[in-house]
Amino acid sequence: MLEIKGLRAGIEDKEILKGIDLVVPTGEVHAIMGPNGSGKSTLSYVLSGRDGYEVTGGSATFDGADLLEMEPEVRAAAGLFLAFQYPVELPGVGNANFLRTALNAQRRARGEAELDAVQFLKMARAEIKRLSMADDMLKRNVNVGFSGGEKKRNEVLQMAILRPKLAILDETDSGLDIDALKIVADGVNALRSPTFSALVITHYQRLLDYIVPDRVHVLAGGRIIRSGGPELAHELEANGYAAVVAEAA
Amino acid sequence: MAAVTETLDTVAAVTEGGYKWGFSTDIEMDMAPKGLNEDIVRLISERKGEPAWLLEWRLKSYAAWLKMEEPSWAKVQHAPIDYQDLHYYAAPKKKAGPKSLDEVDPALLAMYEKLGIPLRERAILAGVEPEEGERPPVAVDAVFDSVSVATTFKDTLAKAGVIFCPISEAVHSHPDLVKQYLGSVVPAGDNYFAALNSAVFSDGSFVFIPKGVRCPMELSTYFRINARNTGQFERTLIVVEDGGYVSYLEGCTAPQRDENQLHAAVVELVAMTDATIKYSTVQNWYPGDADGKGGIYNFVTKRGACRGARSKISWTQVETGSAITWKYPSCILQGDDSVGEFYSVAVTTNRQQADTGTKMIHIGKNTRSTIVSKGISAGRSDNTYRGLVRIMKNADGARNFTQCDSLLIGDQCGAHTVPYIESRNPTAKTEHEATTSKIADDQLFYCRQRGLSQEDAVGLIVNGFCKDVLKELPMEFAVEAQKLLAVSLEGSVG
Ligand SMILES: Nc1ncnc2c1ncn2[C@@H]1O[C@H](COP(=O)(O)OP(=O)(O)OP(=O)(O)O)[C@@H](O)[C@H]1O
Ligand SMILES: [Mg+2]
Repeated sequence: MLEIKGLRAGIEDKEILKGIDLVVPTGEVHAIMGPNGSGKSTLSYVLSGRDGYEVTGGSATFDGADLLEMEPEVRAAAGLFLAFQYPVELPGVGNANFLRTALNAQRRARGEAELDAVQFLKMARAEIKRLSMADDMLKRNVNVGFSGGEKKRNEVLQMAILRPKLAILDETDSGLDIDALKIVADGVNALRSPTFSALVITHYQRLLDYIVPDRVHVLAGGRIIRSGGPELAHELEANGYAAVVAEAA
Repeated sequence: MAAVTETLDTVAAVTEGGYKWGFSTDIEMDMAPKGLNEDIVRLISERKGEPAWLLEWRLKSYAAWLKMEEPSWAKVQHAPIDYQDLHYYAAPKKKAGPKSLDEVDPALLAMYEKLGIPLRERAILAGVEPEEGERPPVAVDAVFDSVSVATTFKDTLAKAGVIFCPISEAVHSHPDLVKQYLGSVVPAGDNYFAALNSAVFSDGSFVFIPKGVRCPMELSTYFRINARNTGQFERTLIVVEDGGYVSYLEGCTAPQRDENQLHAAVVELVAMTDATIKYSTVQNWYPGDADGKGGIYNFVTKRGACRGARSKISWTQVETGSAITWKYPSCILQGDDSVGEFYSVAVTTNRQQADTGTKMIHIGKNTRSTIVSKGISAGRSDNTYRGLVRIMKNADGARNFTQCDSLLIGDQCGAHTVPYIESRNPTAKTEHEATTSKIADDQLFYCRQRGLSQEDAVGLIVNGFCKDVLKELPMEFAVEAQKLLAVSLEGSVG
């Protein structure tokens, strides 16, 4: 279970998150929507431990453990995965090598046996097939020369291979064609289980037709200003944020 | 910004005290008195029981050296070197001269074991492939301070017609070959450090591959400086006759000492018609501490002559050590259609200085050269690529491709690229590409979010940056080079 209480955080002297309260019970998928610049990516970075953000108040725990005290790689080994809004290129680093190194680092940290190259490739190829992705995905260098859509798919592939307990997807649907959108949704839905939860950040109700969320939250001005069921996404799609923001003010 | 500072700190923590080969070994040594003069040159020659022609050659080199001045054009700085304050000969004391490894000082064997260098030949079973992850056999010549202490697999190599032995031994066993080729690529008076080496060289490896022979295994020499205040001046000579092939690797380490130690080696390669020499170096001399105290001054002259048509010389180097590196492995492309290659990774951290690169001299027609240089600088180090591509008048159709990439870690280090291209033939084509990049914080975070530690992330990114060079190393050494990079950068790359 992800539990965020009164979380305040910012960058340099600028406060961006102004008291976030949010609970994602284990097994649920929650969506976060909200205007540009409202703090959605900031929330995902603070939860995953990116340098440069200062937490000035509140707490965030995952299955009872204090997330904010952990190094990013410790959070990853604890099961937290972030699909980046802007995936990063790693020149010269092969995708397969990267993923196997990452998976084994996580497994080592959890005291699990590492996978050898053969075991890993077998598993990775099966995931690629299941997600209808191109075979050369594993051979290419991490995100180098990938189209915007390919980068997003690669995030989903990484998620499928690393099998997190808590996935945060930051606009993974942006810039995707309709087939790719289904791939992203398949990726999340395949992981859905009573032990998996997800926070899906999106601007489009469309994605939520494929990944039906348990709850939808509206983040504006660094606060969750409204929460509701899947129908809230439809309301936002129809009326925009202005009405909700005005109502909350 | 906060994120950057933290990265720097982490890098610093990793870099300091990161040298794992810094132990020294207590061995009884036979040392020449400090200082350099004609008598010392005579003493060295005498200790080795050298023939008169070689003593003559040494003395001429010494005379030439006296008239020369230390070069000052490289972008490196150091306090003046007192050439009279060094020992020019140091050798482990032998009781009666070991006849087999069993008679070698056990402390010496233990030291090489500690370095991970196998001096005992593993039994090779006919037709049995090495298991996965196991190294194929490599013949090793181990040079401790000035003297070669052991050469393995001599018999196997002899059966193939390959000569692989200390050069001091080759002077006696194959005097004509040594006389014919010694100094034929790097003349005694070539430069200050080469002249010094020619006067006082101690030992090194000699390799001769006869016509049509493909050397059946990798050859390798491990150099180790142990004694205090000693200069190390090895001399390596590799000759490959028509159609022959050899892959040779040198590795180097030294103990951690507060004072600087001088290493001025000369390597000469000769490739005849259709011959190929692949020369790989993993250089990990002690680089000095975080404040720049101690470390090896590595002033090395390496040159290969592609004498025959279609001959090929390929230099691959991974340089992570030394306080100062001054080194430009070169190819003289004399034979038509001959090929020269230079693949280099030079890592500098803390206060290290590296001025390294290559020279490609195109003389024959349709000669081709490729230069791929990857410089990685961290800490307060300075890393310079210096390259010369010279295309002579008759080198019709000569081609050169040069790529120089620099990776900066932190903002207190320097990277410089100094490429000279001189073309005297209008049909020649040269291409040059250069890039400078940094390990971005977002790359590190991306890796860590996937579960990698900061150190593993740096290692992964750096190895990615060096991939084009590392893939040129013999496979069994590429893995070690990767680990070495990760270790030296763990500390230095944050
Ligand atoms: N490194 C930074 N330095 C200064 N301001 C920043 C930085 N990162 C984010 N901000 C500011 O914080 C606010 C929230 O940004 P954030 O990226 O979290 O928004 P978002 O909700 O993800 O927006 P979008 O929908 O456009 O992705 C913005 O005003 C942004 O300009
Ligand atoms: Mg965003």
